[in-house]
Order: sequence, then structure tokens, then C-alpha cells
Amino acid sequence: MVDSELVLNGQTYAYTCYAIVVILFILGFGYMITKPGKAGVLKTSLFVVLVVMLTVMGVSLHIATTQTIPWVSMDLNRADITADKVFNITVENHQFQLPEEQLEMKVGEIVVFDVTSNDLTYGFGIFRQNKTMVCQMQVVPGHKNDLMWKFEEPGIYTIRSTEYSGPEGHQMILKDVVIVSE
Amino acid sequence: MKYKDTLLNGTEGLFNPDSLTPMQKLALRFVVVGILYYGFAVIEGMIMRIYQIEPIPIFNSEHYFSMLTAHPLVGIFGSSYSIVFGAFLFLVPFFMKKPLWSIKLGNWSFILVASGTFIFWFSDFLTHFAPLYTLYWPLPADFTQFNPLAGAIFILGIAIVMVGTLFFVFNIFKTIAYTPEGHEKVSGRAMLASATGFSWAESIFRKKSKRRENLVSLPVAAVARGTVDTLLNALIITFTGVLILVYMVAAIMGYNLENTAVDALLYKNWFWWGLDLIADGLVLIFVAGTWYILATMISGKELYMARIARLALWVELVVSWTVWSHHLLSDQAQPGFLKIASGELVTAFELITQGLAFFITLITLWSARPLKMTNPLKFLLGGLLGFGLAVPAGIIQADIGLNRILHNTQWIIGPHVHVAILVGLTMTLYSAIYLLLPILTNGAKLYSQKLANFHFWAHLIGGIGMGAFMGMAGLKGMLRRTIYYEGEYKIYMIFAGICGALLLFAFLAFLYNIIMTVGLKGVIGIFTPSKLNTKELLPESNK
Repeated sequence: MVDSELVLNGQTYAYTCYAIVVILFILGFGYMITKPGKAGVLKTSLFVVLVVMLTVMGVSLHIATTQTIPWVSMDLNRADITADKVFNITVENHQFQLPEEQLEMKVGEIVVFDVTSNDLTYGFGIFRQNKTMVCQMQVVPGHKNDLMWKFEEPGIYTIRSTEYSGPEGHQMILKDVVIVSE
Repeated sequence: MKYKDTLLNGTEGLFNPDSLTPMQKLALRFVVVGILYYGFAVIEGMIMRIYQIEPIPIFNSEHYFSMLTAHPLVGIFGSSYSIVFGAFLFLVPFFMKKPLWSIKLGNWSFILVASGTFIFWFSDFLTHFAPLYTLYWPLPADFTQFNPLAGAIFILGIAIVMVGTLFFVFNIFKTIAYTPEGHEKVSGRAMLASATGFSWAESIFRKKSKRRENLVSLPVAAVARGTVDTLLNALIITFTGVLILVYMVAAIMGYNLENTAVDALLYKNWFWWGLDLIADGLVLIFVAGTWYILATMISGKELYMARIARLALWVELVVSWTVWSHHLLSDQAQPGFLKIASGELVTAFELITQGLAFFITLITLWSARPLKMTNPLKFLLGGLLGFGLAVPAGIIQADIGLNRILHNTQWIIGPHVHVAILVGLTMTLYSAIYLLLPILTNGAKLYSQKLANFHFWAHLIGGIGMGAFMGMAGLKGMLRRTIYYEGEYKIYMIFAGICGALLLFAFLAFLYNIIMTVGLKGVIGIFTPSKLNTKELLPESNK
């Protein structure tokens, strides 16, 4: 499974390129429209090509990510996959309660973080030492909140709530509690 | 003319509020209050930008989160709703060539939206009720964190805005349907069916020769279809407000209702279904409709592919009812088929419908080449660029794979939400304001074109820049709806703050330019009763 940081970097480059193209297109259009020249309208056939292009762009992103981002199929089929480890975590009064002081696992193991909220809606996110996000999910009271994941890189990770749960919730951070070894 | 004279009486004394019809005054009241509430939102936004750079000690976290709660609501209801309501209450009669059904009801809409916004903003300012606009259950009913009386006043303010909104909806539909005295009788039902697209949908199954012609013009159809979502959204918010209010009133009376009686996930689905009628419904439909109006008025040409544009508006309406699940891609209990069908695939249709509106507008403008780069044209291009950037950013996050690493980060609120609202929506509204200014003021002359140019560039660069730096921080893991105390993302937040300051200066330049255009006496005169006893939109001298 590719590391999620690689996907984030890919997205950064792709969207930056797209943004530059769109900005230049509108700047160019703004410049050209004030200049004398042919003021024809687009042929219908070209317009149809535009519509097809938009449709392909809209749908192909999801097809591409389903094929290339490995946690998608694992997430959708997690009920049929047997995990190597399951960590049962509870949240109440803006506090995470872990089953152990540190959650230990190995690179490549399939693990499940099963988080139960006893009061509010929270978030559950895992972050690298450089603060980038590995993955996250919402933690909704009264429902099962299970995140299946496979770590690709050894390291020490931090748990943090990724959802607002009132002014008391922004300090819901457990530093260096997920230990992933080779 | 001396500076003091211009400040009091406007540029060259051309604006005379006594010459305004009741309809012009109604539209201008909405616009003035919308601009003021935009100022509220910008100042709050700037304070929060500073807090993101360095949590300053004069505000505690409770105050910060109460600002975070009020900021989007003031921006959407106090500013955007006001400007849009004012513009459409004027433009629907304008395009239908008949008076507004009720100017009195229009004024009540204005009073209720303006006062309701002030009530919830002021209540939040005093009491720090802070469940955010998302109101995730059971947070608004968590009385260990919030005072129920404070919450009840806040919800009352929202409810007043919703009543004003329902009055607007009723007025728009009645205006489309009714036959004024002296006009040839038309079927109200047929007019509404045409405006909302039902007669068009029905005609698909008829032979081409038997299809009915469209009874209302495309701009009116756009307004009507956006108004359908406005109505549904107002009903959802009102119902949710009543639900929360029941818990608050019980708590005030000393009873503690069991908040697990409401299923948190079902509530989240319900509430996002309603909220998306704004974010993915009426905003996109109203914006597309406004682009078409602006493009045809600026170019003086017929809209390119008007039939396709009408179809796209109808598709967008249906999409807006079925798109909400992209907000629940990180909710593990949400059924997988809803995530894929509603969250991913239906959401992708927004790229198609908004893309069509984008190209139809550009091609219509191009057909009139060469055009002079006027204020309405440059702001319209800015608005198009805003959505050109923000819609794909939204499609990216509405993906099961990418949402896992983007949800609730600054990516969502930067390149998607703020670029869509500040650059896409607000610049479109500015275009409409610059275009309608001479019509609504009976020929007032803009005080300074240099200030208008500064307004344009500072707003465009500030809006895109702020979104970009927030997005960069989001891709590095910075969350929204939280506070960082250790300067983790300081460098991104400093640049976002500089861009935010540009937005503030752009707004101040615009505000000053408008005040100097109409004068302080003119601003006050907008709020006094009209001296003309007419239901006509414009005075004889301005027809």
C-alpha cells in the first residue's frame, strides 16, 4: 500500500498545475476579449466535446483513485477482511481512553482502530512527526466507527481529534502513542 | 466639488434618494445591509486569521470558536442572502415586465433577515454559544459546555432569518404566478411549472412539434429553481432549530431530555441534506443564473446554447437534492452505496453542470468581442475564475480515497469553500452591484475608477492567495475548527493573513468608493420611505 504522504504530494502537484492553467486561461481570455478580432461562437460539435470532456474528468478521478489508492477497497470491504490487530478505544468528556498506554504494531500489519464515543461527535486522526495526516475518520456516538489501516512506514505517530466537539475539544491530542516498528 | 460636499451628497450630487421608487429603495436597502454584514464577516475573519498566526491573549478559545460559529452564518445569511434577495426581488419583476407581487412583504423580508442576523451575531458575541454551523448532534444540546438560554436566543435569531427567507420565497413565486391589473390573464400554475422546470421535464416525453414553449425567460427560471432549494433549506433549518429549541427550553425549565433519543448519524444526514441545498444547490444555481444575466446584459447578445443552459439548471436542481453524502465520506457507519452514489458520482455532476455554465458564459461574452473591460466584466471574469478553481477542489475532496486524508483539513475551507465564496460568489455579486448601480440609483456616477481597480485586484489576489496558503497548510495536515499553540503552521498562516489583509483593504476601498458615490445623505435616504407612490420598478425619468 502506498503511503498517504505520497498521495498528498501527488495531489499538490496536480492541483497546482491545474490552478495555473485556469488562471492563465482566464487572464488570456480577459486580454483577448478586449482586442478586435473574430467574434464567432463555438461550433455545436466542439461544445459537445467540452461536455464529454467534463464528464470524463468528473468520473475518471474516482475511477483512478479507486484503482490507485489502496485503502479505498480495503475500507469498503473491511467487513470481509480479517485484521491482525484490533484496538478498542473509547472517547468521553473530550478524553481518548486507549486500551494500552501505547498502541504497538508492525509495518504491513492490518490493524483496526475501533473507536466508540459515549457522548459527542468527535474525530479520530493519526499524524506523523512532521504533523502531516496519515488518515482520519469521524467518531459518531451510537454507531460503530472502525478504521482499517496498514502502515507502510515505521515511526511514532500522534492521535488527535479531527472534529470540533466544543471549545474543550481542541486539545484532544495524545502525542507519540502509536508505535509502528519494522 | 469639495471633499466634504462629495462625502455628504455623493459624486457631483447626482444621487438623489428622493427620486427612488419603493422598489429601488427595497433593493438598495438589501444591498447596503449585505455590504455591512460582509464587513462584519471580513473583520471577524481577519481576527481569526491573526489568531491562527498567534493565539493572542485578548481572546480566549471560547471567544474564538464563537466567532467561528457566527462568521459563516453572518457571511451567508447577513451578506450573501441580503444581496441576492435584493437583486432578485428587483430582477424577477424587471425580466417579467410586471411589478413585484408585494413590496411590503419584500420590506418585511429585509427587516427580518437584517434583524435576525444581528440577534444571532450579538447573542454569540455576548454569550459565546459555539456549536459551529454544523451543529453536530448532540453538541448544540450539550449544556455542560453551553448555556441553554444563550443557545435559545441564537436559534431565535436564525429562526427570524428563516421567516424572512420564507417571505422572500413566497414573494418570488407569487410574482412569477400572478397577473397584475390590466395585463392579459395567464395561468399561474403554468408559469410556475415553466419556471421550476416541471413543464420542461414533462415535454421530454412529447413529440417535438407538441412541446410547449417556455413561458418564463431563462434568468427567471434560474431564480425560481434556486428558490426551490432556498425553500427546502429554510424548512430543514427551521425544523432543526425547533428540535434544538425543545432541548434548550426543557433545560431552561429544569428538565434534562435524553439526547440519545436523536440518532446522531441520521441527524447528520438530515442536516447535511439541508445544508447542501445552500452549498451545492441555490448557490450554484443562483450563480449560474446570475452569470447568464450578466453575460447577456454585458454583451447585449443572446445566451449561447440557452436550451442546454436551461437543462443544466434543472439537472443542478436534481443533483442538489442527492449530493449530500460527500460530507459523510469519513463516517464509517454511513452505507457504502451512499458514499459512492451520492458522495462521489452525483457530486461529480457538479463539475459538468458548473462547467457548462462556465463555458456558456464565456462563449456568450466572446460572441460580442471586442468588449470594453468594464467593472462588471472584470468582476464577472473573477467570479468565473473563483468557481473554476473551487469546484474541482471540491470534487477532489469528494472522493473516498482522498477524503481519508483531507477531511476537516484547511484544504476544505481554503481552496474549496473560501475560494468559492470569496472569489466565485462574492465577485459575481460585485459584478452585479457595479452593473446595477446606475440603474438602481438613477444614474449615480462612480466616485473613483482607480479605487474600483484596486478593489478588483486586491480582492482577487487576496481571495485566491488566502485559499492557496490555507490549502498548502491543509495538505501538510493543518486542521480546520481547531487552534494551534506551537506555531506549527505559522509560515502558511502569515501569508494567508497577508492575503486576508488584502481582502480587508479591498472591502474598505469598495465601501469608501460607494459612500463617496452616493454620499452619506444618500445612504440615509435609502432607508427613508419613498416619496413616489408607485409599484413600478423605475421612475419615468430612468426608463
